[in-house]
Amino acid sequence: MILDGKAPSGRIQDSWDKYRFDLKLVNPANKRKYKILVVGTGLAGASAAASLGELGYNVEAFCYQDSPRRAHSIAAQGGINAAKNYPNDGDSTYRLFYDTIKGGDFRAREADVWRLAQVSSNIIDQCVAQGVPFARDYAGYLDTRSFGGAQVSRTFYARGQTGQQLLLGAYSALSRQIKAGTVKLFARTEMLDLVVVDGEAKGITVRDLVTGEIRGHAGDAVVLATGGYVNVYYLSTNAMGCSVTAIWKATKKGAFLANPCYTQIHPTCIPQAGDYQSKLTLMSESLRNDGRVWVPKKKEDCGKPADQIPEDDRDYYLERKYPTFGNLAPRDISSRAAKEQCDDGRGVGPGGRGVYLDFRDAINRLGEKVIAERYGNLFEMYERITDENGYKQPMRIYPAPHYSMGGLWVDYNLMSNIPGLFVLGEANFSVHGANRLGASALMQGLADGYFIIPYTIGGYLAAATPGKVTADHPEFAKSKADVKATTDKLLSINGKRTVTEFIREFGTVMWNDVGMARSEGSLKSALQKIPAIREEFWKNVKVTGGSGETNQQLEYAGRTADFLEFAEMLTRDALHRQESCGGHFRVEHQYPDGEAMRDDADFCYSAAWEFKGLGKEPELHKEPLKFENVHLAVRSYK
Amino acid sequence: MSAQTAGHETMNIKLIVWRQANREAAGRFETYEAKNITPHHSFLEMLDVVNEDLIKQGKDPIVFDHDCREGICGACSAVVNGVPHGGHQRTTLCQLHMRKFKDGDAIYLEPWRARAFPIIRDLMVDRSALDRLIQAAGWISCHTGGAPDGNASPVPKPEADYAMDAAECIGCGACVAACPNGAAMLFAGAKVSQYAALPQGQVEAPQRVAVMIQAMAENGFGNCSNHYECQAACPKGVNVKFVTRLNREFHKALLLDKVGAIPSK
Repeated sequence: MILDGKAPSGRIQDSWDKYRFDLKLVNPANKRKYKILVVGTGLAGASAAASLGELGYNVEAFCYQDSPRRAHSIAAQGGINAAKNYPNDGDSTYRLFYDTIKGGDFRAREADVWRLAQVSSNIIDQCVAQGVPFARDYAGYLDTRSFGGAQVSRTFYARGQTGQQLLLGAYSALSRQIKAGTVKLFARTEMLDLVVVDGEAKGITVRDLVTGEIRGHAGDAVVLATGGYVNVYYLSTNAMGCSVTAIWKATKKGAFLANPCYTQIHPTCIPQAGDYQSKLTLMSESLRNDGRVWVPKKKEDCGKPADQIPEDDRDYYLERKYPTFGNLAPRDISSRAAKEQCDDGRGVGPGGRGVYLDFRDAINRLGEKVIAERYGNLFEMYERITDENGYKQPMRIYPAPHYSMGGLWVDYNLMSNIPGLFVLGEANFSVHGANRLGASALMQGLADGYFIIPYTIGGYLAAATPGKVTADHPEFAKSKADVKATTDKLLSINGKRTVTEFIREFGTVMWNDVGMARSEGSLKSALQKIPAIREEFWKNVKVTGGSGETNQQLEYAGRTADFLEFAEMLTRDALHRQESCGGHFRVEHQYPDGEAMRDDADFCYSAAWEFKGLGKEPELHKEPLKFENVHLAVRSYK
Repeated sequence: MSAQTAGHETMNIKLIVWRQANREAAGRFETYEAKNITPHHSFLEMLDVVNEDLIKQGKDPIVFDHDCREGICGACSAVVNGVPHGGHQRTTLCQLHMRKFKDGDAIYLEPWRARAFPIIRDLMVDRSALDRLIQAAGWISCHTGGAPDGNASPVPKPEADYAMDAAECIGCGACVAACPNGAAMLFAGAKVSQYAALPQGQVEAPQRVAVMIQAMAENGFGNCSNHYECQAACPKGVNVKFVTRLNREFHKALLLDKVGAIPSK
């Protein structure tokens, strides 16, 4: 099937304004008759639930955490992009649009990206009005800094906690609506199934994580804002509870999953210290504004303390390879370059899996005080984890799984191929193409929630009868029975290995075979190993406790079971895409200098996969990508 | 990687942990041993090791809240040897590393204990009372859309920095757990101060402080009697000056006659 993204035609500059005008409206007096279920309360979910509540819709919001304020958006450090052009350095909607398309290696839909760039300025205004304490200069105006993949300074920030402050802004707006009674919050509640009635999304089945109760919620539309799936690699920068479960359940109910192989490996994370480790910690990309990345030129220097390696024996490889962007080369390129150096035997630290991020020159130039003011909390975090002082010796960094560009396929309305199922933020595939630029995730989450879904959902609801389906529909009973059967099965296996042991083994396979560099051989080998691990999991996992109580192992087992199924689709997507683009690097497709080689003749499309049953080939649907406003070109940061 | 862990001295730790099956059940201390822990294990990774052992023995693992494991989500919450988060400056439990302990140490582990935080299971407590404080008035009434340009009203840098200092709060509830009165004054004070310092938040400042103070009483929180335990326990270093600001804003609201009936509890 050739998919239609419903992107508006005509001049791109007018596309969103015209489309918005053409969308049907729901009468203000009728809005309260429509119930909207919003799953996930991060930037996208909280901003959507709050904005929909403000409009007068009857909203129910769900999160697995004990409070919406803990969603993993909170961990974003560096900032949020907006085309304000406050510094007068040449930014514009067009430039942000262009940088995002190019940064995504020409694998995103133009109209969606344009809209994102267009509303980016409104986001900053909205957040300021909410009391988000952005950094200011001495005149009292908003301050900005630079991020990877851009040559303008368009990143707004709140110390090293921008995600936290934006999330707390959205959370405050959500809280106001909870008090107003337009939004009902269900915390510590996990979505375990999507309920589809007559081809439309009409509800969800959830488990109350405190009492264990399994319950159906019916609505007129379902909005998934459930984040990304890179915990499929086990070790990642995501929170422990981040999972693919919500979007995978939707996939199994017929929603198409697009470009799952586009995963982002972030270049500046603290290297792994041991095999007991439960997660990897990211340090903001903003560090690359002042830190210089290097490794020793000679392998025999790798074991020496950094200060004993003379300047001439250091290889500042990003500055050498990409003189124009230098240390601010985009994430995919920086990560691969780090891996190359380490594969070449010039990595530093335990296991040779690390490169230096050195502030010596910046400290000499600006003084330690200035550096501390800019990045103090990051140096503190680094020291707490590694017991090393980043002011005195260079930090060690290594790439780690961080973000998923892929996600559920959505059209220009952010609606999936299942009518009534909308998908926002990291959970959808829409704007980042094959690689996301720094400080663009926060922008997308809030654009989707504050400024897009409030309009586009009206177009769907205006044609729907409110309250058509209630939770006593047989589909809800069936869904509940399915969820209960899975839960009971997990508890009854009583095998020999813990959930953690499985996901660790499995994550290592994914990282080695489907990680930063993929080959036909490694992907085919993963396709052999994944079903084997999954089979053993369902025979030999040990989950203690019962279903009618707080049971964290049971939650973990369910999420892991979904990763074990989803991983196969991710791997098949990677195998089918015989080109290198953005975060997807196939070793067979590279230029002699190691740069990614795209194949626009054969792969200039989004790949949306339809689930056909476990262990069966999913069906591929293509959405061709047209570039009318930017020229398809080899992405160069040299 | 095993080679790396092998390179470190390992330690064995005795853990005395509060176990409680649910809100109604009686709780008790149980003793466990955490074996072969390296100095690089985080505190929660040490608990993971203990839990893996318990699962293998067919026993229920220790339930504890955690999520980001990088010190920002505010989920992790346990009292270590009598001190919330373990008592290291500006450090959440997930960022506390075992290099702060030594071989043979005994560690007592308990949940947050406060009237407003009922225990759910083991070390996991219900902190929704903090959400209810924010719902009561911890916001600025601005609808989505129609906000003026972000630079329309300049905010002096010292005020912006002050607001950010207050906004550092991660809502973990350590301040409440540390307070002998189970007060949430530092939590509420930080929110009230953040908004009171910014021009956008000043319009509703009197109502906000009045409603939040009432909500604290209604949700089972006590009052401040200047012990400063909250500041000592705060993993983000939120300063008690924000409690002072809370009181000052409340008195301003009283003078403006914006408070209404003083809460009776």
